[in-house]
Amino acid sequence: MRSGYFTALAVAVLLGSGMLVFAKPPAGSGSITGKVTYTGTPPKMKPIDMSKEPSCAKQHATPVMTQNVTTGPGNALQWVVVYISAGDEGSSAPSQGARYDQKGCEYLPHVLPMQVAQQLQIYNDDQTSHNIHPLSKTNPEWNKSQPPGSPPIDTKYDKAEFIPVKCNIHPWMHGYFAVLNTSHYAVSGEDGSFDIKGLPPGKYTVTAWQEQYPAQSQEVTISGSEAKTANFVFKVLPY
Amino acid sequence: MHDTSDQAAVHHHAPPKGFLWTHVFSLDHKVIGKQYYFLSLAAVVIGMVLSWIMRFHLAWAAAAIPGLQHLSQVGAPGGIITPEYYLSLLTLHGTLMVFFVLTTAPQAGFGNYFLPIQIGAEDMAFPRLNMLSFWVTFVGFVTLVSTLFISDGPPISGWTAYAPLSALGNDAGPGLGRGQILWVISIGIFCIGSLLGALNFIATTLDLRCKGMTLARMPYTVWAWFITAVLGLLAFAVLLPACVLLVLDHVGGTSFFIPGGLVLSDKLQPHSGGSTLLWQHMFWFFGHPEVYIAIIPGIGITSHILASTARKPLLGGSRVLVGCMVAIAFLSFTVWGHHMFISGMNPFSSLLFSVPTLIITIPASIISLNWIATVFGARLRFHTPGLFAIGFISVFVTGGLSGFFLAQPSLDIYLHATYFVVGHFHMVMGVAAIFGMFAGTYFWFPKMFGRMMNETMGKIHFWVTFIGVYCIFMPMHYIGLAGNVRRYSAFVDDYLIPLIPVHKFITIAAFVTGAAQLLFLFNLFWSMYRGKKAEENPWDSTTLEWTIPSPPPFDNFGGRHPIVYHDPYELGVEGAKGDYVMQDSPEKLAQS
Amino acid sequence: MGKFFAIVLTVITLVSASIFAMHIWWMPVDISVHGPALDKQFGETLMGTGFGFLVAQLSLAYFLWKFADKGDGRKVREFPGGPKVTIITAVVLVGLEILALSFVGQKAWASVNLDPAPPNAMHIDVQAEQFAFYFRYAGPDGQFGAVHPEKISDGNGNYFGLDPENDIPARDDIVVGSLTIPVNQPILLTIHSKDVGHSFYVRELRIQQDFVPGIVIPVHFTATQTGKFEIVCTQLCGLGHYNMKAYLEVLPQDQFDQWLKAQAGQ
Repeated sequence: MRSGYFTALAVAVLLGSGMLVFAKPPAGSGSITGKVTYTGTPPKMKPIDMSKEPSCAKQHATPVMTQNVTTGPGNALQWVVVYISAGDEGSSAPSQGARYDQKGCEYLPHVLPMQVAQQLQIYNDDQTSHNIHPLSKTNPEWNKSQPPGSPPIDTKYDKAEFIPVKCNIHPWMHGYFAVLNTSHYAVSGEDGSFDIKGLPPGKYTVTAWQEQYPAQSQEVTISGSEAKTANFVFKVLPY
Repeated sequence: MHDTSDQAAVHHHAPPKGFLWTHVFSLDHKVIGKQYYFLSLAAVVIGMVLSWIMRFHLAWAAAAIPGLQHLSQVGAPGGIITPEYYLSLLTLHGTLMVFFVLTTAPQAGFGNYFLPIQIGAEDMAFPRLNMLSFWVTFVGFVTLVSTLFISDGPPISGWTAYAPLSALGNDAGPGLGRGQILWVISIGIFCIGSLLGALNFIATTLDLRCKGMTLARMPYTVWAWFITAVLGLLAFAVLLPACVLLVLDHVGGTSFFIPGGLVLSDKLQPHSGGSTLLWQHMFWFFGHPEVYIAIIPGIGITSHILASTARKPLLGGSRVLVGCMVAIAFLSFTVWGHHMFISGMNPFSSLLFSVPTLIITIPASIISLNWIATVFGARLRFHTPGLFAIGFISVFVTGGLSGFFLAQPSLDIYLHATYFVVGHFHMVMGVAAIFGMFAGTYFWFPKMFGRMMNETMGKIHFWVTFIGVYCIFMPMHYIGLAGNVRRYSAFVDDYLIPLIPVHKFITIAAFVTGAAQLLFLFNLFWSMYRGKKAEENPWDSTTLEWTIPSPPPFDNFGGRHPIVYHDPYELGVEGAKGDYVMQDSPEKLAQS
Repeated sequence: MGKFFAIVLTVITLVSASIFAMHIWWMPVDISVHGPALDKQFGETLMGTGFGFLVAQLSLAYFLWKFADKGDGRKVREFPGGPKVTIITAVVLVGLEILALSFVGQKAWASVNLDPAPPNAMHIDVQAEQFAFYFRYAGPDGQFGAVHPEKISDGNGNYFGLDPENDIPARDDIVVGSLTIPVNQPILLTIHSKDVGHSFYVRELRIQQDFVPGIVIPVHFTATQTGKFEIVCTQLCGLGHYNMKAYLEVLPQDQFDQWLKAQAGQ
């Protein structure tokens, strides 16, 4: 309980000082929008057998499918992180933490974007223990269990990295932390669309990252409050 | 064999001066014996507290233990124990109890203190080596306990540390990196301490016996410590290299215990060519004799105290007891495979290992029957040490009988890794050995500290403990038979949930029994300062430790060279003053 | 004190023994062909050890009652017949018990572990990992795809490390998280682990066998009853050990065929 108050106080202080001292760099009003699609035959997503954990299995009327290549109508590709990989001046991490949930033995969301040094809160909403095992390579790797009813895990990452996350107790649970140096990012939705807002004028490299296929980049220059479009197409294979 | 002419020359060192040299770096076997005893006491207190935490968690898995988060924020967030922290506690409990309690107190503790006195020597053969073995063991203990305070916590692989779980580092789970390495180093250090101690015990027994102390006249305890030392020498000599190989798998890039093609958390391991069964063979080649290393001193102590309690020597005397202990010791090196019936080794070898395992019950049964038959026609004195000695017989028989089931490969298929095994080894190895330690403590306390322990507190301690251990460990047999798997941090399967009420019963019994152990601790320290002054021979016993003042002078016999005239247990002798004849009494017996 | 001890010991002995005798907690009903032999042997061992337990503890209790020191100068007496009696008793009784058990036990053990699986046994591949079991059926082609450790990925559901791109038999392999089998049909499991040691334990089947990394171990049995049972891990394998389980579903042959067909269609 005491640590809860302390965290609240610390957050309040940080918030206050952030507003007073580190006034945010002038937010631009340029934007980059677009759509991520695929060509080729995507691999068939497999139904996940959760029979070992009945408390989770009964939460899903139809089986949950694997999500490593999630497609939508019109060849849309979901769960692609589109972000500014160069040209961004950088900004301090937002005071609001990123929230990651374990619910029904699934990670929500499947891909969680966050900024370097941004607080990350991991919640266990299930009636079973999970272990959160982010398989980081440049950041320190850790592996902790979270029994039902225990407080959320509060952590952060200091280096940019795309980190696969898994639960060993439920081996099918699989997701990603996308730890980014920029505050300008988006994740493609079910229709493959994304929208990066608030860009000041400048020359940017926009990168699209997908968990299974090589990342792609485009150069985009924004002047004034331009709205630019950038589309990405991933070549996919059936196996 | 026995030579006394140059016996006086052994006592090289003069009485030390100053606290550091009298109490810390002492060469005196009595001080070292006490140091070992208190090291075990510290270990048993930690081990017991860990077992309470585990028992609480098994009965009420979802409940928070207030304050536990201060011991480990990661292991018990909000006071709720994580599965890995449970396994850490389990590993530490087993390791502390097996190595630093069962192997340490009865052998290195009491043995160090009383073996030289009981054979009429002034010290161990190699006093410096003796001090070294204690301090080496102490470093091992500190190394092990330190794992509680490192960031990734103690290892989670159990006291058996099966490879490759114990060999793959943090990829296999929390605590398996640094924690596991520290664990292996700690056990390696412990092996060195035990090997040095074993050498010293063997040399002392063979070389330093006083005039008249023939092998046949050695007390039961001396025989037990001697046989245990030989076992230790052979067993720890195998565990030590096993530990070295396991450390190398962690830090040397070797693959002794790791086969190729293993994938952990989607990471292909850079190892190949090792054998996981190799670790099990090496570990159990040590591990089964280890069971007897833990229990044979207890058998000796119980026999020693039972004779004094019953006022008669053991039925069959030294010859049968020693014969049986030697047979057990020998057979103990041929049975290690019974821990591995379902391990995937060749199923033919299971049949082979099962036979000596069953045969080893014959000498154990003979000893047990002789104890019970000794009680026949006795004049029992029910003082606390005597109660614990008799209690030892009961729990040893109970624990031993369940071994019949586990010795058979076909029954082990069902019972392996269930609470049946937990109940079995706790009863026969844990409780029995600890009853031996309690008996020894109450019996020898007056000699060690010059005061008597409080009998009332002692008797309360005995009755609560005796009934308590049956309430804790018999139900484990029942739920084991029902198929309750061991080493689970919580029972979440539909099959196991109905058995949780039994776990609650066991937990409550464990807390009540634990409270009695706190009474024992209080009695121990209270009696050290407030106990009644002890006489030279408060129990009317016959062996040499009761011929010298309580506590003994620095050189044990005050410059006197004892000469032994009699067998060690001339009790219930008609015509003698009292009903006994001291071993060094020149008095002639009518018939002996 | 001696009488009190005798009473306590007698009560403990009788209560302990009767709980066994009353089967309050007992093995679940056996559903395997080889199980009855094991259960019979368990019963025989229980009779033998139970007899030993009662005789040993109750005679100890009786002696404690009878032979307390009353300070009356009564002489100590030796056990009639001396150590010969106890030694002969131990050797004969225990020896006979051992002989009996070894012979019976050998047969029971052999039926599980030494005899090969019948030729008509249905082959299912089992892989254990931290902390789940996965089961693989050969699919319509009757052939298993090869296992490639470097291709194993829990994330995309490739638990066995199959390579369907290049390995055609792998394409129709059926991988599921629970074991479904037909009743009265010999089953052959080949069990292997992808990471650390695990164990395959089905109480009702009277089967327990470790998974040994680096080795493939055959296990065979025949289930005689339909129903749903738990498969649990009994070899300490890490933090999730307590929750490493799967379900065994024994179905009538026709239902099983339907199930398998449905799986192959997916």
